[in-house]
Order: sequence, then C-alpha cells, then structure tokens
Amino acid sequence: MAEYAHPEALASTDWVAQHGNDPTVRVVEVDVDTRAYSEAHVPGAIAWAWNTQLCDTVRRDILSQQQFEALMAASGVTPDATLVIYGDNNNWFAAWAFWQAKIYGHKDVRLMNGGRKKWLSEGRDVSVEVPHVAATQYQAHAADLSLRAFLPQVQDASAHRSAALVDVRSPQEFTGEILAPAGLPETCQRGGHIPGARSIPWGRACNDDGTFKSADELKALYAREGIDGSKPVITYCRIGERSSHTWFVLRYLLGFDKVTNYDGSWTEWGNLVGANVERGAAA
Amino acid sequence: MKIEEYQERQLTVDGWEVNITSYRLGAEWHAKADNVSPGATLCRSTGATREEAEGKALKRAEELLDRTHRRVV
Repeated sequence: MAEYAHPEALASTDWVAQHGNDPTVRVVEVDVDTRAYSEAHVPGAIAWAWNTQLCDTVRRDILSQQQFEALMAASGVTPDATLVIYGDNNNWFAAWAFWQAKIYGHKDVRLMNGGRKKWLSEGRDVSVEVPHVAATQYQAHAADLSLRAFLPQVQDASAHRSAALVDVRSPQEFTGEILAPAGLPETCQRGGHIPGARSIPWGRACNDDGTFKSADELKALYAREGIDGSKPVITYCRIGERSSHTWFVLRYLLGFDKVTNYDGSWTEWGNLVGANVERGAAA
Repeated sequence: MKIEEYQERQLTVDGWEVNITSYRLGAEWHAKADNVSPGATLCRSTGATREEAEGKALKRAEELLDRTHRRVV
C-alpha cells in the first residue's frame, strides 16, 4: 500500500489529544458553520471565522500578507509553531486556512484527519472555554502565488487544455441543475461548469468517518478522470473552500507538484459576462 | 465534558438526501442537518431530547431545501 506523499501534513485525533496543549502547538478550529466552535471544541483550540478572519472583508480576496501576520500574531502563533487546523464538513474551511497558511509560507501546518466530526464521534473531551493566548510577533513570507489560480490561467486552461480543471462541487451543481448546494443561497447567474472540467466531488476523497481515503484509493479516484499529476491541475468549487480540500489531497497526499486552487471558482466564472459554460454531464 | 450518544443517520427530505447528526452534551441534545452532497451544514438545533433537537433541525432543513430551485439541463 502506498503512503501519502506528505504524511506530515496530517495530524491524527490521537496525536492532537496527546499534543494539542504542547507549547509549540496551536490548534485552530475553522468551521463552515461558525457557531459550531461555541457549542463545543477541542480543549485548548481557538477559532478562526472564515468569513471575517480568513478573507479581506472589503474586496473579495484572501488575506493580505499583513492581515495574515496580524492573525497569526493575535493567535499566539510563531513561525516555527506547529499549526493544527480542523473543522466541520470534513475540514472544508480548515483546508482553506491550510491553503492560505502555505501561501504565506508557514512551514508546519497540519490538518487534523477526520476533522471535527471524527473528534466528536470518538467521544473525546470537548470544551466551551475560549483559551487566552499571548500575542506573538509573526513575519510571514511573501505570497506564493504558485498555489493559487486566477481567472486568466483558468481561461487559458479551459481554452487550450493547458491544465486539467477539476470541479469538486456536487454532481447537480456541475450539470447546472442547481446553482448552489441544496438549501444554500444561489450566488451565481448561470449554472453549469467551466468547459473542459472534470467532475470529481470533493467528498469522494473521504471515508465515512471524515478521514481521507488511502493513497491508493485517492490515486485511483483521480486517475479515472485522467488526473495523474502529469500536467498542471486547477481545482475549483463555488467559493474556493471545497476546492482547497481537493487541492490539499492532490498536493499533499498524492504529491502532485503543480496544483493550484482557483478561489474565484464558480462564483466568479458563473457571473462572468461572456464566459462559456457547459451544462450537463462531463463530455 | 464529552460528547455522548453520537449518532448519524440519512433520510430524504423533499427529494434531497439529508444527514442528521445528533448527540448529547451535558443535559442538552444537539442536532445538525446537512445535505449529503456536498455536505454543507443546513442548520443546527438543540432540545431537551434527541427527538426534539432532530425535529427542529429537520423542520428548518425542510424549509431551506424547499427553496432550492432545480433546473432542467
């Protein structure tokens, strides 16, 4: 059985239970549902809200380097700290936070394998206390934009097949049957997918307990759609968090070195005047 | 403090597969409804019993899913 390419990018729930309160470790919960943390969380964990603390709240963008440094400093994180991130929905926005931490060069970032779901289902200790953390000084690296795809790259990939496009949304979003995950607000004008994209929903990378599937299973999953690491890959979803999850799988578990996350995603493409859209199942 | 009696089950609401998670935390029951694909949380609720918490979550999930517009493709 093959090993993950970067097993050091994962922390098990056992490891977090043993090391979560070590002075060099900071555990952070990042949820889609930002109320989840206050209900109960891993003892000692702090929380980041994806919609206020992990994005620029004025223009649509990820954190600037300065904003990222301020968040790390306020969270008591030093550049050499082990940052363990977990969250609900099998780590959707935890992966989004991981992606930004890597963009700004934080060396030791890990996702807690299985996320919040696994921690709760295992009946482990939880807490409602918000820990006090002492602020630090934090100097980030300049943004590594090789991890991020912007619209022109995606347009080029779609037009010239210069990179494989992986749409990780649900099959119904991919075909255009629905414009947003069922029950959530519609945020685009058109449904469908970027021409040339392959549909590989993010959740297929996970086991029932929320952990990632084995390296062999993941390799087979993506290879079936022609994603084998031989050419660049661009992942996308609706706003970039589900695609961060798949970006993590491809880059850190399978070790593909040219994987970028298109955080503009369908909210950008599906609102773009004149953009080509495909509907129905993948060709 | 520990999560106790954690349980997940799937059911269909308005034609959509919904996952209901419920557990007890202290004296209070918590429930969460999410759509199975893609797995996004629809709502959370609490109650004095599992049935009450799940019932509230399902009612709210039904309201939200009812607003989802399916298009012909």
